[in-house]
Amino acid sequence: MLTDRKKWFAKGLHDGIPIMLGYFAVSIALGISARNAGMTAPQATLASALIMASAGQYIGFTLIAAGASYLEVMVMEAIANARYLLMSCALSQKLKPELPLRHRLLIGLWITDEIFGLSVSVEGWLNPYYIYGMAAVATPGWALGTLTGVVLGNVLPVRVVSALSVGLFGMFMSIFVPPARKDRVIAALVVISFAASYAFNALAWFDSISSGMKIIILTVVISLGAALLFPVEGEGEHEA
Amino acid sequence: MKHNVYLYILGMWAVTYLIRVLPLTLIRRQITNRTIRSFLHYVPYVTLAVMTFPAILTATQSPVSGALALVAGLVFAWLGGSLFQVSVTCCAVVFLAELVLVR
Repeated sequence: MLTDRKKWFAKGLHDGIPIMLGYFAVSIALGISARNAGMTAPQATLASALIMASAGQYIGFTLIAAGASYLEVMVMEAIANARYLLMSCALSQKLKPELPLRHRLLIGLWITDEIFGLSVSVEGWLNPYYIYGMAAVATPGWALGTLTGVVLGNVLPVRVVSALSVGLFGMFMSIFVPPARKDRVIAALVVISFAASYAFNALAWFDSISSGMKIIILTVVISLGAALLFPVEGEGEHEA
Repeated sequence: MKHNVYLYILGMWAVTYLIRVLPLTLIRRQITNRTIRSFLHYVPYVTLAVMTFPAILTATQSPVSGALALVAGLVFAWLGGSLFQVSVTCCAVVFLAELVLVR
């Protein structure tokens, strides 16, 4: 049993290395956005170490910069991170029913897109120590990249900061484009989302709505419409 | 400052953690309501797409470099680029484009 844990933890450490490198590079942009939001290095690093969510942290920092209320930030956090709810559902099916609560509570800390992706691809029951191993290297990558972004954001040339600013958008695209390639409904949804988001931002009529609220409205309306018109059958959520 | 940043972080963490941990601890079966399942299935893609465009156009020094990064990211992700590769490609495209576009 003990050797099993060691084996899975070691495998997690190994598989977590590419995640760590990716996280480090991408979270530099997140650190820059935190700095732009007026956050200090310890604050941004703590946020990254705890939250581990790219889109969620980005929108959270944006709202913090705008002086949004605590409730507004928390509602937006729930919307931006809603996908983890599905991942958690899918992952619950990979856990032995008798797995103790303490392991379930720990696993919940580290359900990110990448850790989830590797976890569900494991054959048979998922050993929680695999996730602990990945988290042990991925979390420092994410937190230290953020720290680097906050600290170096001050000395980096404007050109470099401008270039790194699109890193997170690249990460978003790498999440929603591959499913769009496989599923025409998702491809259409991406196009509709782009168009609706553009219209919402371009039309002066919507100026009174905050950018966070726009994202909530667009997400709920478009996703609900798709759910009613094109309901998903079976286990489609494994791609999320 | 009107708000405490650490309270913001605590709130963001609490919400995110609950979202991640509740299904793991409470739901032992698949969600059966088809509409809820489908809605949650589509949410991530729609949210990320909405957040990407047109925001990427204003994130850089020039909207043209942002647009080029968007196209490069979409194409490269379509061709199977990893998270890391797509991200770095977008950054590189902006950097190179702005060497020409921004003086």
